[in-house]
Amino acid sequence: MAKKSDKKIIYKKEKEMPPSAISFYSMDYNKTGNWRNFRPVIDYEKCTFCMICWKFCPEAAIKREKTKKKGKEEVKPVIDYEYCKGCGICWEECPTRAIDIEEETD
Amino acid sequence: MRKVLTGNHALSYGAKLSRAEVISAYPITPQTEVVELLSQMCASGELKAKFIKVESEHSAMASLIGASAVGVRTFTATSSQGLALMHEMLHWAAGARTPVVMGNINRAFAPPWSVWTEQNDSLSQRDTGWMQLYAQNNQEVLDSVIQAYKVAESLDLPAMVVLAAFVLSHTSETVDIPAQEKVDEFLPPYKREYKLDPDEPHAFGGLTKPDNYFELRYKIQKAMEKALNKWEEVGEEFEALFGRKYGLVETYKVSDAKNLIISSATIASTARNAVDSLREKGEKVGLLRIRVFRPFPAEMIRRILSSVDKVIVIDRNKAAMYNEKNTPPIFGVIAGLGGRDVTSKDIIEIYEDVIKMEKPESDIIWKDLKI
Repeated sequence: MAKKSDKKIIYKKEKEMPPSAISFYSMDYNKTGNWRNFRPVIDYEKCTFCMICWKFCPEAAIKREKTKKKGKEEVKPVIDYEYCKGCGICWEECPTRAIDIEEETD
Repeated sequence: MRKVLTGNHALSYGAKLSRAEVISAYPITPQTEVVELLSQMCASGELKAKFIKVESEHSAMASLIGASAVGVRTFTATSSQGLALMHEMLHWAAGARTPVVMGNINRAFAPPWSVWTEQNDSLSQRDTGWMQLYAQNNQEVLDSVIQAYKVAESLDLPAMVVLAAFVLSHTSETVDIPAQEKVDEFLPPYKREYKLDPDEPHAFGGLTKPDNYFELRYKIQKAMEKALNKWEEVGEEFEALFGRKYGLVETYKVSDAKNLIISSATIASTARNAVDSLREKGEKVGLLRIRVFRPFPAEMIRRILSSVDKVIVIDRNKAAMYNEKNTPPIFGVIAGLGGRDVTSKDIIEIYEDVIKMEKPESDIIWKDLKI
């Protein structure tokens, strides 16, 4: 089933333009991951699941994923590389230095 | 219901009756009471609105642009330095076509510090794409807020209701507060076509290349032009329901006038007394009050000016009109800066001084300059 967010804004003449600037496609399709020069990588050995990176990410590119740690139900941060622009804020903010930043090679 | 209200509280009641849904503001003299009362109304539940406390006027406007983009009715109020700090966001509100309505209390800029009235603060925002309306009494303040929402939302343009510091803001007058049901009938809830919606996530106001930016600006200008008729139309609709008439301009004794005084806001209401006194002395004088300044009712003003011999413009700002070809002589008078009183007697003096001259002796005539 087509999602509501699949709707594209279409107009034929300038007259029919929306009154203000608006992206034609849903932002779901505006993948910003290819802007990235530096790739943050989480080391889950050091990660305490404090979610500070999730809170600070300005692009909401860190997702919350259910997981189990020592038999306990936990939520862990997972970077969505389709949208992460590589700004490095998560790397800067991580209190346990569990995020490393690597140069993108291609 | 008739109540004694200050101009500030007339603004608050205007926003309340319009059912503003998000209010955000930062306090500044002489505006503080406007949002004080609104925040009380929000806290008590009398007004079902979200009140956002912010750290600056810039943030106040920014938060309202976001709220308005979602499709809710928004309100703020400010004055002078606060309005200047909002400047960047004023352009944004107009460009994003968010019909935010705000009250601005005219207050002179610093330095030197002044809290008294002068119109330079709002006139500095002339070209931001906001509609501007200058009220002459507290009843008009309240009524204009309600009208402003109707015009603003029909054209996706923001609107500013402007009133004089202290002369209106802190002066109590009898104000008729219309019944909520009647206001609801006049002003239906705001509906926005393209809105911020998490289920349909679009970017708003994103980078736009020269091939589209130009047309978007054109659309703002077209909306501004349409607003001229819209203010008149909404004024008539308002009159039918509430019995009070407002238009783009207001004329007083102009039909046989040889000389015309032009002013706005509270100086214009005082000038009505001056016109009466001058008429008793046999002077053929009339008054033109400019109520809506943006969009500028140029055609209407030109028509009224075409039949008079002399025009005297009294500005409580530094933007005196200048002479164009093929117009009657225009005498540009600056009076009342920084809240200096402009009384009926002053206006009569201006008139009597000016009328002796054939042509303006200078571009600006400074009333009662003590130098």
